[in-house]
Parts: sequence; C-alpha cells; structure tokens
Amino acid sequence: MSTVAVEVVYRGIFQKTLARNIVRTIVFAARKEGKIGTAFGRYGDSPERNGIPAKQFAIVSDSPEELEENLAVYEAREVDVTINVDDTMCKGVESWAWYGLQPINALTKPGGTLIVTSRQTADALIEDIHQKDSAYNLAIVPASTSFSGLWVYKDDHTDVRILGALARVCPELVSLDSMLAALEDQGWGGLKLTSARNTHDRLATRPVEPGEGSEDEPFSFDLPGWKSMEEGLVIRGVEGGAGFRGSSLGEGYDPINSNAAGDTSYQPTRSAVFKKFSTRSMRPVINFDTCIKCTLCWLQCPDTCFDVTPDGLYDANMEACCGCAVCEAVCPVPDCITMVNEAEFNDNNSQWEHWTKDKDGYHKWMADLIQVQKEKDATRSHGYHSPGTYEAESEAEVALTGDDD
Amino acid sequence: MATQTLPQTGRPDSEREELISGSEAIAIACSLADVDVITAYPIRPYDTVMQYVSKLKADGAFDCDFIVAESEHSQFEIVKHASAVGARTFCGSSGVGWFYAFEAITVTAGLRLPVVAMVGNRALDDPGAFGVEHNDAMAVRDLGWMLYWVGTAQEALDTALLAWRVAEDPRVFLPAAISCDGSFLTHSQAIVNVPTQEQVDQFLPQYDRGRLLLHPDNPITVAPQVNEDWLMEIRRQTDDAMRRTSDVIREAYDEFKQVFGRGDDSPFIEEYMTDDADIVLVGMGTLAMPVRVAVRRMREQGKKVGFLRVKFFRPFATEEIQEALSRCKAVGVIDRDYSYGSPSYGGVLFNEVRSALYDLDDRPLVQSFVAGLGGREVLVRDVEEMTQMVQDSIDSGKVKQVNTWIGVRE
Repeated sequence: MSTVAVEVVYRGIFQKTLARNIVRTIVFAARKEGKIGTAFGRYGDSPERNGIPAKQFAIVSDSPEELEENLAVYEAREVDVTINVDDTMCKGVESWAWYGLQPINALTKPGGTLIVTSRQTADALIEDIHQKDSAYNLAIVPASTSFSGLWVYKDDHTDVRILGALARVCPELVSLDSMLAALEDQGWGGLKLTSARNTHDRLATRPVEPGEGSEDEPFSFDLPGWKSMEEGLVIRGVEGGAGFRGSSLGEGYDPINSNAAGDTSYQPTRSAVFKKFSTRSMRPVINFDTCIKCTLCWLQCPDTCFDVTPDGLYDANMEACCGCAVCEAVCPVPDCITMVNEAEFNDNNSQWEHWTKDKDGYHKWMADLIQVQKEKDATRSHGYHSPGTYEAESEAEVALTGDDD
Repeated sequence: MATQTLPQTGRPDSEREELISGSEAIAIACSLADVDVITAYPIRPYDTVMQYVSKLKADGAFDCDFIVAESEHSQFEIVKHASAVGARTFCGSSGVGWFYAFEAITVTAGLRLPVVAMVGNRALDDPGAFGVEHNDAMAVRDLGWMLYWVGTAQEALDTALLAWRVAEDPRVFLPAAISCDGSFLTHSQAIVNVPTQEQVDQFLPQYDRGRLLLHPDNPITVAPQVNEDWLMEIRRQTDDAMRRTSDVIREAYDEFKQVFGRGDDSPFIEEYMTDDADIVLVGMGTLAMPVRVAVRRMREQGKKVGFLRVKFFRPFATEEIQEALSRCKAVGVIDRDYSYGSPSYGGVLFNEVRSALYDLDDRPLVQSFVAGLGGREVLVRDVEEMTQMVQDSIDSGKVKQVNTWIGVRE
C-alpha cells in the first residue's frame, strides 16, 4: 500500500520535453514492477511561456484506488522527490498563473529529497533555498542547466542522469534495474545507460536540517471573495508611479505633471501580487559610470523594469526583471550592461544604491561577476540573445532591407 | 529520440498499453475508426486532440483529410457536409469556440448527420479560464445531439468508438458529442489499453448513408425551407430517432463488451456502492475521482454512501436512474455547471435528476450542489461536507436549502 509522487520543476518551453520524458519514464519504470501511474503537467502553467517556472508530475501507486486519491488535481499535495532542472529556480518559483512564489521545496515531504542539476556546491544552493520546518535531503547531479525544450532536444544525458539519481534516492519508487529497463525500452542504450548507472552510484546526498536555508518570506496574497470583488469583472488599474523609491520630494509629488526641482526620477507602480522575477535565469549588471543615459534599456525593456533614478540613470529593478537580456542587446555602450547568471546573486537589492554608497566596492563586485560570467559563457543556454546575437541579426536585417536611411 | 511507447504485454496481437491523455486516446480512436474527414480549429483544452491527430498524420500512421478551418463555425460546417456525402467525421472544440459553431451544430442534428465531436469542457468566457465547467457541452442538450460525459482516458477511447457505431446506425443518424473534462482528462496521461485494428473493425461497420447519401448518382435536396407546414413533423422524426438511441446504445455496448472485454453493467450510468446506500451522490466526468475516494473513506466510517455517475446525459437514462435512486433516502447532485434562474436555482443535472424522480411513488430527497466551476478542484473533504449536508436533510426530514455552492470564497 503506497503512493510515490515526484515533481519536476523546469523552465517553461526551454525544458518542457526534458520534464515530459522524465515523468513519463518514471511511470514506465514503475509499470515494470506492476504499479500503476499517471503523468501530468500543472494545467495553470499551460500554455507555457518561455522560461517561466513550470511543473510536471509523476504519481505512482500500487493500486488504482490509491492512485485515484491523486487524480483530478493540478498539483500533487506533497511529493517524495522534487527534481529541479535549473538551479536558479532554487530561489523559488512563480507560475504565470496565480500561485504566488512557491519555495522550490514547498511540496517536498519531510524526509523527502530535492534533486538539483547544478555546478554549485550544496551550501551555495541551500543559501538560496527557503528553509523548511522539517528535515529533507538535497542531492546534486553535477551538470549545467540542460536545454531540452519544445523545439530542440539537447541530448546531454540530463534525462537519464536524473532518472538514475531518482532510483538511488527513492528506491521505493522503482529499482535501478526497472529504471534501466524502462530506459532501454525507449531506445536509450549504451552510453546513456552508463550515465544513468554512474549517476546512481556516485550521487552525493546531504541532509538539510529544519530551519536551514534562506529566511526570506516568499510573497503571497489573498484572493478576494465573491462579496468583496467588484461586479462586472472590473479590475482597478494600479495607481500611477511616483518618484524613485517613493520620491525624494515627499508626498504629493506628481512625477508626470510636475518637474519640481528638476527631479525627474520615476518608478512605475508594479503588481504586488504578480512579480515574475523567478522567470529570470540571468540578470543585467550595470556599469553606471559608462551609462550615457540614452534611455534605450528603459524604452525597450518588455517588463518596464527600469526605475529612473534622481540622477537620471536607469536601475534595473530586480523585483520586476525577467532576465530577457533585451537591455544588454540594445545598450550601445560596450560592456555597460552585462547579463550574469542568476545563481551568482543572493538578493534583489538595488545595484544603483550599492553604486551610490560605495563606488569602488561596486566596481570590484561588478568586475568579479563579469569575469565569472565570461568563464561561464561557453555553457550559457538561456536568454533570447547571447552576446553578439543582436548585432548579427541587425546586420542581417540591414542587408535584407537596404541601408538607405 | 525514440517514440515513448510501453512495451507489448505478452500477446503480440493483443491490445497494447500506452501512457496517454484523454485527448490522445480520442486521436487514436480516430485512427482506429479510420475517420475520413477531421476538421480542427484551436482552442484549449480541445486543441490537444488536433495536435495528436496531426502527429499521427505526420508520422504516416493515419490517413485522413485533416482540415484546419478558419473558425469553429466553418469547422463544424465542413464535417456536416462531409457527413452528408458519406464520410466518417470527427471534430471538436471547447467553451466559447463550441458556441461560435452553434449555427452549424444545430443544423447537424436537424439534418440527421452522424458527426462525432469531442468537447474539451472549459468554462465559458468571460472571465477567461481554461478549466473545466460543463455548461459548454450542455448547450446542445435540447438539439438532438447525443451527449456523453467521459470519466477516464480509457473511457474516452472506448466512447469514441461507441459513438460512431451508434451515431451512424441508420436507426439513429444523429450526431454525438463526447465531453472530456479540461485538464483532468485532456491533459493528464493515464495507462490506456489500445485495442487492435481487428477488434475495432469487428465492432465498427462502415458508415453507409444509404438513400440519404448526397451524391450525383442519388439526386436529392437536403434542407429545403419548410416553415410551419412541415417543421413539426420533422421535429417529431428527430424525437423518434432519439427515442430509438437507447436500444441501439444497449445493443452496441453489449457487443463492445464482447469484442473488447471491458465495460460497466450499463452504458448509461455507473453505480458505485449504491446497493445499500442511504445517500447517493450524483455527478459526471472526473468528479467521480474525488467522489469515489470520499465514498470509500465514508464507508470505512460506516456511512452508507454511494455514487452514481451519469455517463449519457442525452439520451437521459430516466428509468435506470429512477431504479438506482429509488432505493436510497436522499440524493445529492453535484453539478460542475449552473443554470442562472433555474428551478430552485439548481444545477442543470440536478433539475434533470429531480424531474426524473418526480414520478416515483416513494421519492428520495434531492439536494443540489454547485462545485468545481472553472476547473476548481473538488476535494475529498468537499464531498464529505456535501454528504453531511444531505445527512442533515435526512435527519430533519426535508431539504431546507435546495442549492449550495461548495468551495466558493465568501
């Protein structure tokens, strides 16, 4: 009498097929042992958006009656194993549906396991992961983030390595033999079976104690009742924005209609209940000293994430940035904006405030990050543009349309 | 990468197991039934069927005319015409897409064309929501369409085969809609036994439209203007065809069970632990999943609770439902739909069930619950709460509040 549930947390579209292959293979492998199972994606994630955290589930039971307790739901109530195939999501995940920010281990059972593909150390990951009241285990499959999505399947063995690790941390789900047999059925032989077996044998697991991890409170919100909602399906617009971080000029300052004291700082009002920043797997790092205030990043950002500072600079607000890298692509100043892997950061603090308070410290911090990123660029797999893509595309467009202007 | 398929289980000529969603199951049924013309227009959650049909076709596993129309209206017009010239047809939609096709949907039944459609149940916009609600498919209930609510992916496949068999029977010639709950069926993969081509060929004869075939060798006119001097007789004909469906369904279902070796006692309803039940809950579609779990738990606590799942909503199995519910003290009907301003402000299924029970000499109490609208999960504790309310009605001898909304935030 048992049911085992597994979730795969992945980047929408970019890792969709990877997640699907993992959850389906779990059910196939369990079938080898006479169990019955279901595989499904969280319906609220659908249709998937690029990079937005999404989930798929595999639930396996000894009998149809036990399985039925887990059907007709959007998410498993709790899972024995959470699999996270992009370590930047250790900071928590927000679907584009209305779930708030879920810690990555929100559904992980007491004593369960969180498997992460990562090149980071366990301690570095735990710094990002929200603390829990109960103990669980963290297992790391050493790997860069796999790009095995809807359109392109990068066959880097992440699929079989995860499944090998799963058989190790959750033998009550399926044995390694059943898992390997299920892999073979799908035409995954030779090296892929070796990868699965090696990952199984070499997997390192670290217990995570109650209270260990990030103390950040994940944002959440209350949904209205039918008596408190406005009728007619009306949603009030948010109030207009104000000066930078609530205005340096005090209450009553109207940033749109007045230009008092030359302060043109401006910060748009953003939704308090839908932030989207967990979509980000990279973030812009800005060199405020070389910024020429051309406004292009501010104009082109699809998420209106730039706040205009009182000194006319543009501070990418990390509560709003989705990490698309458009700012980096449009910035005309070399190396003024550099996208850096999200795993390098532990907070959403303002870069401009950091720079204002301690320019030397900021420059050192920035230079270190850029250096780390340059070393990582070979493995970079996310973002719409990689460095140079925008220029290459622009040239191609100019060649197509002519350059009369 | 190789296609993910479960290994054959033993007999090579036997059914094969696949891990597929209800939508994939219906796409496979289309292929097994060798459907001639399939039309499509995307709307979630129905669109998963068109994805799988396109994949089967692209893989060379299925040959059909697959037409992606420019709207749902055209989509349903095309199959209507194709059906008139003798083609086996399939199409489908969801929510407001289904509604956009309504002019074509109404005439399909009037012209006695056996189109089979899948409705991926979805809340009607606005407000936009992708989750399941049954009001979309229910809109055909008065039009001469057969209407079936599926409970599992396996049943989706089986019901599609049954639908062509019954719809294309010359005693019937009526369209059939197969309702599949959005998400819980259309997007959830379960283990399904896929029958062999030989089994399906044995069960499903060719569609033969006979003297009604629109063809140059058989010169006929279809659908003239008739006005008041013909119309009532035509309506009565359609009524008679619908009255004949019950026997045809029973006959086809018996044969289905022989050929495929599975099926319930009745094609119309599923009874779960109703034999000695004081309280019977009634519902359709995947509501059955949490309800059956709750019934098992309450039985463990010694409560005599059962569940009746209505499969065919049209034809409505009046006598079978009367028989099943006449034995209990009280009935709780759980609707995943609603009818504003209806009798007692109840759900649609509730009013149908209550009406069916009126002729009984010894009627059970009947109570209405509205739950799971827009795809909200119906939880086991919700079912237990509803059952308790029905028990309160039994204890006080009458239903004090006919309709209750479950799981709605005040």
